[in-house]
Amino acid sequence: MTATPTLPTTGEVTRAEICVVACADAWRGDGELFASPMGTIPTIGARLARATFEPELLLSDGESLFVDGTWAVGTPAPAAVEGWIPYRAVFDLVWAGRRHVMMGPSQIDRYGNANISAIGDFFKPTRQLLGVRGAPGNTVNHPTSYWVPRHLPRTFVPAVDVVSGVGYDSARISGSAAARFLDLRRVVTNLAVLDFATADHSMRLASVHPGVSVDEVRDNTGFELVVDGAVPPTRTPTDEELRLIREVIDPKGLRLKEIPA
Amino acid sequence: MADKRMTESQVVSELRSGMTIGIGGWGSRRKPMSIVRALLRSDLRDLTIVSYGGPDIGLLCAMGKVKRAVYGFVSLDSIPLDPNFQAARQAGAIEVTEYDEGMVQLGLLAAQWRVPFLPARAGLGSDVMRVNAGLRTVASPYADAEELVAVPAIRLDAALVHLNRADERGNAQYLGPDLYFDDLFCAAADRAYVSCERIVPTAELAAAGPTSLRISRWMVAGVVEAPNGAHFTSCAPDYGRDEAFQARYVRAAKDPQLWTAFVDRYLASDEAHYQDAVEADRIAVSA
Repeated sequence: MTATPTLPTTGEVTRAEICVVACADAWRGDGELFASPMGTIPTIGARLARATFEPELLLSDGESLFVDGTWAVGTPAPAAVEGWIPYRAVFDLVWAGRRHVMMGPSQIDRYGNANISAIGDFFKPTRQLLGVRGAPGNTVNHPTSYWVPRHLPRTFVPAVDVVSGVGYDSARISGSAAARFLDLRRVVTNLAVLDFATADHSMRLASVHPGVSVDEVRDNTGFELVVDGAVPPTRTPTDEELRLIREVIDPKGLRLKEIPA
Repeated sequence: MADKRMTESQVVSELRSGMTIGIGGWGSRRKPMSIVRALLRSDLRDLTIVSYGGPDIGLLCAMGKVKRAVYGFVSLDSIPLDPNFQAARQAGAIEVTEYDEGMVQLGLLAAQWRVPFLPARAGLGSDVMRVNAGLRTVASPYADAEELVAVPAIRLDAALVHLNRADERGNAQYLGPDLYFDDLFCAAADRAYVSCERIVPTAELAAAGPTSLRISRWMVAGVVEAPNGAHFTSCAPDYGRDEAFQARYVRAAKDPQLWTAFVDRYLASDEAHYQDAVEADRIAVSA
């Protein structure tokens, strides 16, 4: 047997790695759902979740194939194709509720309304973004989480400019057909994990990442967060999770481009 | 048997100002760019463009062809935003119908099926309902009584799509991983025009299997042979996206001087000149 390679688990756990497992945990318990991460750290998180505690998740190559196995971000998917999901099949799966997406909003508010469409007045925006894309349909059909790599007051706003992803208050006002399948799970940021586990579904500080204070999160949030007693720290990766992140899923360290060490 | 072959210019000569035109592909993938470029050179204007938007929408906005854009997004994929579309929006220069991307599919499907609308959950509770003034909901007549979005049919005067292969009668074939919604664009249109990398004898179409033949001649009014016609968008497996060119397009779109030079070099003359310029770029890079 050759010498055991030096496990980089001896290195200090970085904020990026805390974020990876916080994203991975979003898909915990989902079973045979299509995990759709947007962004590098959510992508590492989804692959980590499937490689460890959530083995039945479905993952795509980012184009049109369901792919089995675990592979590195920034590299082509392995050949282990297990299904075909052209965009039309993605819509079918969305409307069937068999997906959990993690999107990257430019603005999000206390009830989870999220904006990816435009900043300012919709009819003459100061900055045109992508458009609402699939966010309206995603949010009213299947579980949705969000990833915000820079937790700032300009992202966590009192009211978003264009409601693209539907929040709990908007769904309630719209009616039962909008609220029926609305299921906003968590918002992972560079500072904390937030959820909507409150009586009125207003955003709650679920955990702060190690080294981050509750006040720091509050100061960077443009609305009043629910803080429910003592806020626990976000969990750290296990040794096996760290090994998978560092050696298998992100050996090139692309996660550090989203969250610098 | 009908020979539907024509040129890009002949396609454009069948179009009129004020028409609603659907453009196939997705983002910066398999767009009928050679026909779009012919549109850019034409005197057509006030067009309503329906698209899973990419540089088709950006270019048409930049050249003042667009009255209204109907879309779920406009993106260049590897570069998230198209500066020409952003500029048009930020100047308030165009009207828009911004839908959830699944609503666009339902609108096209309703048009194909000749029903006035199809119901959707997508859109409820979002600002899609606020910013699209004419959009209505419909109550289920059944016991559930759910109130859903009535996505109106998006009938097209014309559709433009780019496929890998076609025969001269209008049977067209995709060889890449995704048809996108090209069949719906064709079937929702009064007249659909297919450009393709290569026109082949009908007998050659069967080799890739029947599931690659989703555009049927009953949908198609004209066929254009356009090698490299999707450039600079991707046309897998024939070629990938020309990322260097796309980056140049984006840089130019952000700078008026660069833009003038870009238009002069690539868009002012015909398709042959465009392809020559692209080939010259390629040789210059590899030299």
